Parts: sequence; structure tokens; C-alpha cells
Amino acid sequence: MELNGGEIIVECLKKEGVEHVFGYPGGAVLHIYDAIFNQDDIKHILVRHEQGATHAADGYARTTGKPGVVLVTSGPGATNAVTGIATAYMDSIPMIVITGQVPSPVIGSDAFQEVDTVGITRPCVKHNFLVKDVNDLAETFKKAFYIATTGRPGPVVIDVPKDITAPWVKVPFKYPTKIKMRSYNPTTKGHVGQIKRAVKMMLAAKRPVFYTGGGVVLDNAASELTKLVQRLDFPITQTLMGLGGYPATEKHFLGMLGMHGTYEANMAMHGADVLIAVGARFDDRITGNVERFCPDAKIIHIDIDPSSISKNVRVDIPIVGSVKSVLQSMNDVLAEIEVKNKPEPLDEWWADIERWRARECLKYSKKGKMVMPQAAIESLYKVTNGEAIVCSDVGQHQMFVAQFYKFDRPNRWANSGGLGTMGFGLPAAMGAQIANPDDEVVLVTGDASIQMCIQELSTCLQYNLPLKIVLLNNGYMGMVRQWQEFFYEKRYSESIVEAQPDFVKLVESYGHVGMTVNSPAELDKTMEKAFAMKDRLVLINVLIDPESNVYPMIEAGKGHNEMYMPPESELV
Amino acid sequence: MRHIISILMENEAGALSRVAGLFSARGYNIESLTVSPTEDPTLSRMTLVTWGNEEIIEQITKQLNKLIEVVKLNDLSDGKHIEREMMMIKLKAVGDQREEVKRLVDIFRGKIIDVSESSYVVEMTGATSKLDAFVETVAKELIVEVVRTGPSAIARGVSGLRL
Repeated sequence: MELNGGEIIVECLKKEGVEHVFGYPGGAVLHIYDAIFNQDDIKHILVRHEQGATHAADGYARTTGKPGVVLVTSGPGATNAVTGIATAYMDSIPMIVITGQVPSPVIGSDAFQEVDTVGITRPCVKHNFLVKDVNDLAETFKKAFYIATTGRPGPVVIDVPKDITAPWVKVPFKYPTKIKMRSYNPTTKGHVGQIKRAVKMMLAAKRPVFYTGGGVVLDNAASELTKLVQRLDFPITQTLMGLGGYPATEKHFLGMLGMHGTYEANMAMHGADVLIAVGARFDDRITGNVERFCPDAKIIHIDIDPSSISKNVRVDIPIVGSVKSVLQSMNDVLAEIEVKNKPEPLDEWWADIERWRARECLKYSKKGKMVMPQAAIESLYKVTNGEAIVCSDVGQHQMFVAQFYKFDRPNRWANSGGLGTMGFGLPAAMGAQIANPDDEVVLVTGDASIQMCIQELSTCLQYNLPLKIVLLNNGYMGMVRQWQEFFYEKRYSESIVEAQPDFVKLVESYGHVGMTVNSPAELDKTMEKAFAMKDRLVLINVLIDPESNVYPMIEAGKGHNEMYMPPESELV
Repeated sequence: MRHIISILMENEAGALSRVAGLFSARGYNIESLTVSPTEDPTLSRMTLVTWGNEEIIEQITKQLNKLIEVVKLNDLSDGKHIEREMMMIKLKAVGDQREEVKRLVDIFRGKIIDVSESSYVVEMTGATSKLDAFVETVAKELIVEVVRTGPSAIARGVSGLRL
């Protein structure tokens, strides 16, 4: 079969089972767009800005586990995509980004819409390619998908000069069925000896705690983890990225840990004698001051990426391997041992934990005239029966979702954890809805964040995406304001968003529905009304208490036992 | 501590900038870097001199291994190895100095490979410390320019870094 470059790209995507491509056309990719025009198998989703394309593909990937695919043009198309690529890279999200490039003969001549895409994206991709020969296209795509989806996943950029896709250059096409790279062989199985040592250490623990991250979700290991935690009767806490990897409504779950983690989770970390870190990377938002991190704990760390191990915190038993397979092996080893002797119950440890839980660190006042942001998330949880796919932007609202929306399943929560990209939410929710047309997809956002990619409301109309947008509107960049309140004596430098749009009119002008919640009394009713509109995008503009804060909070550089708790006066 | 890391990597455009970029992005030290093709034209051999404590060196080797184009690497400082660097140094040589410089070059087992009325170019090979010693010994005002390759290194014994 002889095909031109554009057709080859489309065929490669088909062979990889790609159903949707998020993109925006331009000069350097016109040949590829022509090939897309001539087929019906792959649906192209036209975004309004290339950043939206990458976040949408990202949301698609996070809620399906499949790689998201992006197609953008050279120059500004590629640079606009960079924020989304970096976002995916920080959270290890599998993504393929096809960027157009100026024709090979003019590369380096500062041609129109030329930029060194491979150079610009190098530090924020798992790998990238510049295709130099149309005969290399198929193998490059095979490699790109292989690299993006195996080991520790991540985004891969394929830069394709325009002449490579010229319609008049046809070459034989054969998609490789298998690929082997001498320079890339991710470890999958964990070391058996290390696994046995780890299990022994776990069984001897008096104050153990699981600390699990995005790796559990990415490796689809929630069921193995759940089995292990319940069999051992150990408490478990999760990172922002890990939420959903263990059912949040189950009694072993302590809530999220870290900077805005729960009192019980952080105290358990501080008091632990054995810490089992699974698919997590000891990020600074988790550890706080590394000198004071888990002072009494021996640490077991399971991760697919050897460079994650002992990067920030020295560990005692490292296990490099796929989280799923290592947890499975641990379950197997445990099953053998248990026949001989049952692990001792951890009554004292659980009594400590119950005492910490009794502090009810997430309590907030319900008596004010304004809607509290926490109440809005609780109302959302109720109206969706906890079953929605929830995406968020970045800031206070993101933390409130993490604290108050109890995710019982993986792949139901998409947010920018590592890079903290405001503007992520709306396009990500779009991608999630396209991937999961039968699910309720919700975006929780803030009045500052949503304006960073608000143009995608237009895309939502074009593809009839019935998102529900819960906009926690406080007229501030809430998290910035909170830090300024705590650490800059309330000097609210540039964190007040003056000249807000009328969000209801704004969504209406895009062809959607808008509603406003002014008071606590209206909250549940409005939510129900909005969610009853099954086939429309509805934005619920919730006017919240403008100066409410996210508690608990660990100041950067402090230990887990040094949390700010909500002041008693605010709880009345 | 100073470490010499030897790397076999795919001989592809951009491979060098991935390594260089990694060091600047993560704030690792880099003292020298040499790279050239091997007997297998699809592979490049890179010798990299860096320094840091044990944790940093562990991260450096892990991060290098993570680069898709890196096939294999070895921290030569872990075992016995031989290290060589080549230097070409241009020295002013007029009058009495011509003899004196030549004597010094002989002591250091260097070779004079270019001569003009008022200058020599000296070629010298050895461990980095030997070349340093020569540069320090020569009177500063005689040095016109110094060109050094940076060290390359190989492990002693029969075992080697190969596929």
C-alpha cells in the first residue's frame, strides 16, 4: 500500500486505536488535515487555542488511561501547546503531540512560523522526534506510542516538517507490529527478594501507613492496592494525584496528605514507623521539610521510575517495578505467610488515628450569610452521588475538591497536580466528556482560573458537551490571597480580580446556560436544577465567602506535625 | 567528589543537547564533556566529568539512564580506570626562552608540533592533573592560548562498556 505522509499519520493513529484527535490547523499541517478530511474513523475535535488541545487530550488520557493525541501547527501552534505538554509531563500523562514544522529545506532559516519545537519541548517531554524522512514516519509513531505509554508514562512530541507530508510523495506503508529499542527497556517486575523483605518489614510494623500517588491510578492498580490495604488493616493516605486509587469512603482512608492534607493523615505520617510509598514521588507539597519528614519511619518505596527513588528522601527498601505487578506480588507473598501466622492487630495505632480523626480538621462554619466553598463541594457530591468525573483548575477550589469530593474509583479526577496550571480545567473537562460521553463530567473552577482558557466554551457548544461548571467565585485569586493573608500581612498585591465579566451572560453568549447562587439557601436547589439539564452545559456561578481559607495548612518548610488548623472563631 | 561517567548513546542529532540540557535543567555540575562516534557508527561515546556527593551522582546516573537515547553508562570512578586528556598549548618562544620552554616540554614528555619565529605549539597528553601541572609551571606571560579536549577514560582490564 502506497501512501503519502499525511495518510500515513492517519493510518498510524488508526492502528494505535486512536478515536479522537484534539487540534487546530495551520500552514505546516495542512497536508495532514487534508488526510483527516478524507476519512471518517478518527474524529478531530477543533479547539479554540492549542493550549486547550493539549489539556483536552490530557483530560481524555487521565479519565481513560489511553494516550491523548494532539495535532497542531508549527511556530505559535507548537509554543501554545507547550504549557499543556509540560502539565502532562509533570503528572506523567501519556500523550502524543504531533506538531507541524516548516519544510525541511528551510529549517534554520527563520522561516514563517518556524520555531525549534524539538529544542523548546525537550525539557518537558519524555522524548521527542524530528521526522526527517517520510519512510521513517510509521516507525517513529510506533516508537512514540510505545515510549508514551510504557514505563513511567509521559508526553512525546513528533515534529513533522511539511515536505514529509506532501501529497505527491507516496511511499509503501507498513505499520510495525512490534518495536524493540536497545536504549529503552522499562523494568516491570519488581525484585522478588526486595518484595519479600518489604513484606516482612510491613508485618513487623506497629505504626504503618500507606502513602500512595498517581502511579496507582496510572498503572490501574487500584484493586491490588485495595486488597493489600484491607488484608493488612493498615491506614492509607493519598496524594492529590493518587485520589481515587483507594475508595475514599472506606474506613482505612485518612484523606489526602501534605500541605492541605488532613490532620489525621499528616499526623499518621509523622508518627509512622513504616511508610509504604506506592507510585508517589515525595514532592515538596507532600514532604514539607524533608529533614522533619517521617522522623521515625523506615521507608519502602515502589516506583516504576528508578530516578524517583531516593531523589528527595532516602528510602530503606527501594522496589523498582510496575506498581500493579509489585502490589500483586506482595498480595501473593502475604497469602503464603498468613497461612502460618496472622499479623498482629494494630489496635493502639488505630486508637491514635481515631483520636486525630476526632479533631474533625475539615470542619467549617455553616452559619454565615455567604456560601462556604466547602459547602458547595459537599452539595456537588450529593447531587452527583459521588459518581461524577470531576476536573478542576488550580487553587483553593482544587484543594476543596480534593478534601470534600470522595473519589471511590480511579480515573474520575483530573487536575494539574505537578505543574499547577491554571486554565487546565475547562479543556480537560472537555476531553473527559468526549472520552466518557455517558458520564456526568463536572468542572470545579475559580473566577481567575476559568478565564485562562475560557474560549473553549465555544468548543463545548460545537460538540454538545453537557459539562456542569461549578464556579467558586470569590473575586480573588483565592490561594494567592490566602498566602498573602498568612505571610504578607494581608497585603493583597494584585490578587483581586477587578472588572469581572458577568459569568452568566458570558456563558449564555456562548450558547450555554448560566445560573447564580447568592446564598446558602439557594445552593442545593440550584445545583439540582442545573444537573437536571442533562443535555446542556450549565455554569453555576456560586458567590462564595470571599475570604475563606483552605485548612489545614502546612507552611512550606515545616513538618507534618506543624499544621495550621482552622481558628476556633471561624468555626462558630 | 569528582566522577567520570562514560556513556554509550544513540548517534543521533540532538542526543548531545539532551545530556547538556539535563545537566543545566537539574543544576548538576559539568566540568567537561567529550563526544565522538565509536567503531559502530550508530553509537556515540561520551565521557563526562562531574562532581557531587553520593546522592547527586546517583541521581545523575539515574537521570542519564532515563534519557531514551542513552543505551548504557558506567561510572568509571567506581573502579580502576585510565584517564587521558590531550592539550595543545601555544607559547611565546623568543631568545633564551626557546631553549627553556623546549626543556620543560621534554620533561613533561610533550611534543612541539608547530614552530614559528616567536612561538611553539606544544602537544601534550596525560591525566588532567599532569596537564594542569604543565600549565602552572610555564610562565603565565608565555601562554598565548590553551586548547584542551577534556578527559576521556577507559576501565582497566578486559571488561568494557559495550552492547
